[in-house]
Amino acid sequence: MKKTIKNLMIACVALIFTGTAIGAVDSLRGSQAIPEMSKEPAKMQQMVVKGGVDRSYKQQPPVIPHDIEKDKIDLKVNTCMNCHSEKTFKAKKAPKAGDSHYEDRDGKMLETLSARRYFCNQCHAPQANVAPLVENSFEGLK
Amino acid sequence: MTIGSKKGTLGILVVGIVSGIILWGGFNWAMDITNTEEFCISCHEMKATPYAELEETVHFTNRTGVRATCPDCHVPRPWIHKIVRKIQASNELYHHFVTGDVDTPEKYEAKRMQLAQHVWASMKETNSRECRNCHKFESMDLEKQQSRGADAHDPIYWEVVDGKSPSYTCIDCHKGIAHSLPEGFDPTWNAPGEG
Repeated sequence: MKKTIKNLMIACVALIFTGTAIGAVDSLRGSQAIPEMSKEPAKMQQMVVKGGVDRSYKQQPPVIPHDIEKDKIDLKVNTCMNCHSEKTFKAKKAPKAGDSHYEDRDGKMLETLSARRYFCNQCHAPQANVAPLVENSFEGLK
Repeated sequence: MTIGSKKGTLGILVVGIVSGIILWGGFNWAMDITNTEEFCISCHEMKATPYAELEETVHFTNRTGVRATCPDCHVPRPWIHKIVRKIQASNELYHHFVTGDVDTPEKYEAKRMQLAQHVWASMKETNSRECRNCHKFESMDLEKQQSRGADAHDPIYWEVVDGKSPSYTCIDCHKGIAHSLPEGFDPTWNAPGEG
């Protein structure tokens, strides 16, 4: 009996805390009601960084140091590979897509990009020069 | 010369001038009509594929609100070249009305490589004349370009300014900028540098 009462009390306290926490946190949607349209995100220009951006941690997919607005990845073409392919990277002075990107799930090396690595911007993201949303002291790989 | 024959000569002259104005004006007017975007996309082949792709690109909507329409890039402005292109267009009418070999997106896709190569070849041949209706090296500020683009343009810029024949022309690097690249496009077809 005692145990049940204790558990019940813990549950009540937890409920109060989560309740206030939910009230205090602003969701990324802002305070809009569900049926309302969400706020338009701030317009940001994709950034160009000469020489590229260092990785922040080991095995991080490197970020894209240029804008990709005119690039296109679909069933037929992947314009990223105009520069980052085996054949062209030297002339374009661009980093080559890693060998792992040509390997299929059975470890077989393919002639062209493996289907699971085809959509570059699933892992590699262009950057914008903006202030972090929350302060943090992360320093990254030195 | 009698008064009658004088009158006759004058009459022929007036009729000649008037009919000349009507025929020549009408000819140019008709040609201008075929030189509008509306005319181009009145064929569903053009509307469904190349025009739909153009809508996604910077040549359709951009910061400054300047738009390139179909004839800006695909019809030469100098009169004689324009006439030649218009005569060639009769072949396109043949394919539209008789063979219908690009009348579905699938058929268009199957022919895209061939079509693209035709356009690349003719642009190369004319030193990208239609690009230069708007984009001229003389009015290009390399300082305002991103470093990669500026580096690629720099040698050509000086060749043009010094009056030499440029080693590359726009289309050598800027392929597939207004419509999708064909499947199987080999990136080495682009010249070194920007691409």
